[in-house]
Amino acid sequence: MNIVVCVKQVPDSAAKVVVEEGHITWGDAPLVINPWDEYAVEAALQKAKEHGGKVTALGLGKEEETEALKHALAMGCNEAIMISDPALVRIDNLAAAKAIAAAIRKMDEVDLVVFGKQAIDSDTGMMAAQVARLLGLPALTLVSAIPALDPDSKTIRVVRSIEEGKQVVEGKLPAVISVGKDYGEPRYPSFMGIRKAARATIPVWGLEDLGIEAPSPVVLWSEVMNPPVRDVTTEIIEGETPKEIAEKLADKIMAEKVI
Amino acid sequence: MDFDLTEEQSMVQKMVRDFAQKEIVPTIKEQDRKQEMAPFVIPRMGELGILGACIPVRYGGQGMDYISLGLACEELEAVDTSLRVVLSVHTGLCALTLLQWGTEDQKQKYLNPLAKGELVGCGAFSEPGAGSDFANIVGSAKRDGDVYVLNGEKMWISLANVADIAVVTMRTNPHAEKLSRGLTTFLVDLHSPGVTRDDIHGKLGVRAGSTGWISFQDVRVPVENRIGEEGEGFKVTMSSFDNGRYTVAAGATGLIRASLEASVAYAKERKTFGKPISNHQMIQAKIARMSRDYEASRLLYLRAGTLKNQGIRNTRETSLAKWVATEASFNAASEAVQIHGGYGFSDEYNVERYLRNAKGAMIYEGSNEIQQLIQASYALGYRKDKPLRRELPAFDEEYWQEENL
Repeated sequence: MNIVVCVKQVPDSAAKVVVEEGHITWGDAPLVINPWDEYAVEAALQKAKEHGGKVTALGLGKEEETEALKHALAMGCNEAIMISDPALVRIDNLAAAKAIAAAIRKMDEVDLVVFGKQAIDSDTGMMAAQVARLLGLPALTLVSAIPALDPDSKTIRVVRSIEEGKQVVEGKLPAVISVGKDYGEPRYPSFMGIRKAARATIPVWGLEDLGIEAPSPVVLWSEVMNPPVRDVTTEIIEGETPKEIAEKLADKIMAEKVI
Repeated sequence: MDFDLTEEQSMVQKMVRDFAQKEIVPTIKEQDRKQEMAPFVIPRMGELGILGACIPVRYGGQGMDYISLGLACEELEAVDTSLRVVLSVHTGLCALTLLQWGTEDQKQKYLNPLAKGELVGCGAFSEPGAGSDFANIVGSAKRDGDVYVLNGEKMWISLANVADIAVVTMRTNPHAEKLSRGLTTFLVDLHSPGVTRDDIHGKLGVRAGSTGWISFQDVRVPVENRIGEEGEGFKVTMSSFDNGRYTVAAGATGLIRASLEASVAYAKERKTFGKPISNHQMIQAKIARMSRDYEASRLLYLRAGTLKNQGIRNTRETSLAKWVATEASFNAASEAVQIHGGYGFSDEYNVERYLRNAKGAMIYEGSNEIQQLIQASYALGYRKDKPLRRELPAFDEEYWQEENL
């Protein structure tokens, strides 16, 4: 099987992301692999182990921002490719999806493309569906398990975790899936993987390599701003008995027109 | 010296941090209250390769350098001292002693499973009546044909109750001209007849770790399990301390960092006199000292690790790193409790555990009084390192990571 897992580099989840002088910044917080993508890598590695084949980690970003791809390599991916081009800086989701879809088209017969269910920075959760649409492949999103996958008959059956509960869906390979937390804890990078990743030279594909024009964004971030600071005050309701406190609280809630 | 971490070292650091944060943090308070180590900890550390991180691949390890060992210790003790203690005794005192002094047969037979976590090791040196005054130990080993017969008791031994094998130093020559020349070190199978052991409870700190005693009664140890020559035990033991102390120094640095991070978070949250306490200068002074001590301690252990990587004797530098970091970690944890006020005095927050854990490191692996004597004797010119018959091998990336074909 030829599996591609798409990984994004995001600011550490503990980073404080703010807007300064019209630009988003997370200070000197480290960049890490998008935590959802670790589940995607885990799923890809498990399927490759079960059915043979290789896993390629695919990223999009600045050439030097390779932490996420190196993390994927250290977890066990066979190779990594970075899509990077000056024309791809500050693009919207759809433009990024076009670049990723072009990179997947450039690869040899991909059987399965795996995404994390969303990225913790932009949080749109749309990338898997957009790439699937662009490639003309089935999109099986929010996957929590892959109970059946047959590379010979080119079929896949997945369990989706959706608001209403679990949903079992079957599709044809090649397919695009997005994986959620229910899939199972991702493995840590192994020491051997770390050594391999540290030495790896990651090939960079620009727009020319992908054979596409610079995709024009349909969404522009004309202005970004910090959310307004909320002025929170705390009042302790006192009383002799719980009943008295509850009555005072209820009156207060009514008076403030909270309900 | 270049103190920037390599990409490999940074990734090792992150991997160990993720393990400790994800798998240990959720249960550590409960384990500390129960005064028990969670049973999964050591096997999991073995499975992940952490126990053999800096051992060459040919001996079952992961082929990383000594700085990676230090970084792992820092990350582990930033969560709990008991985790770092595992590396101190299993890797520092046992595995690295074998790497330095062991014969090829001993390395294949014991270092390999130690590095893979298939065997758990410890170092058994202190006795009820001799710790700092190590040359005065009374536990004995008498040669009887092809075996030595060991008798005596070892005290304050980390992992006493969970280890499979121990590096043990005993007196083989009670008539030696110098007490220190009458000692010999052995690798002892702790499942041997005559070995009894148990944990000590009621410790001030490191409650989630195993610390205990080991008694040897007519324990027969084959001659091939002698580490080094007869009479070389004092040197073997002291060189093992160079490695154990290094892990303690790096770990204590992690404890300073944990105290600092907890203090910064709390100081920004807690308000007095209408503003966060982080705006009060006396709190800022405490934070500043913790920050200074973290940076200084980190540089000192990285220097010791760099010297180890280069194969340069580092007794002086390692001892200094241990003294500075452990003293600073106790102060940092104490100030962290102070910053947390009443809440710091309860186990609702982690800082009281940091304080209890920090005290032990000022006593074990050579008390800080001993470290001061060592520093003074170097500074006064009373002490000069003589080359050892077997030095800790320098880190050689190619050799370390090459399979034994």
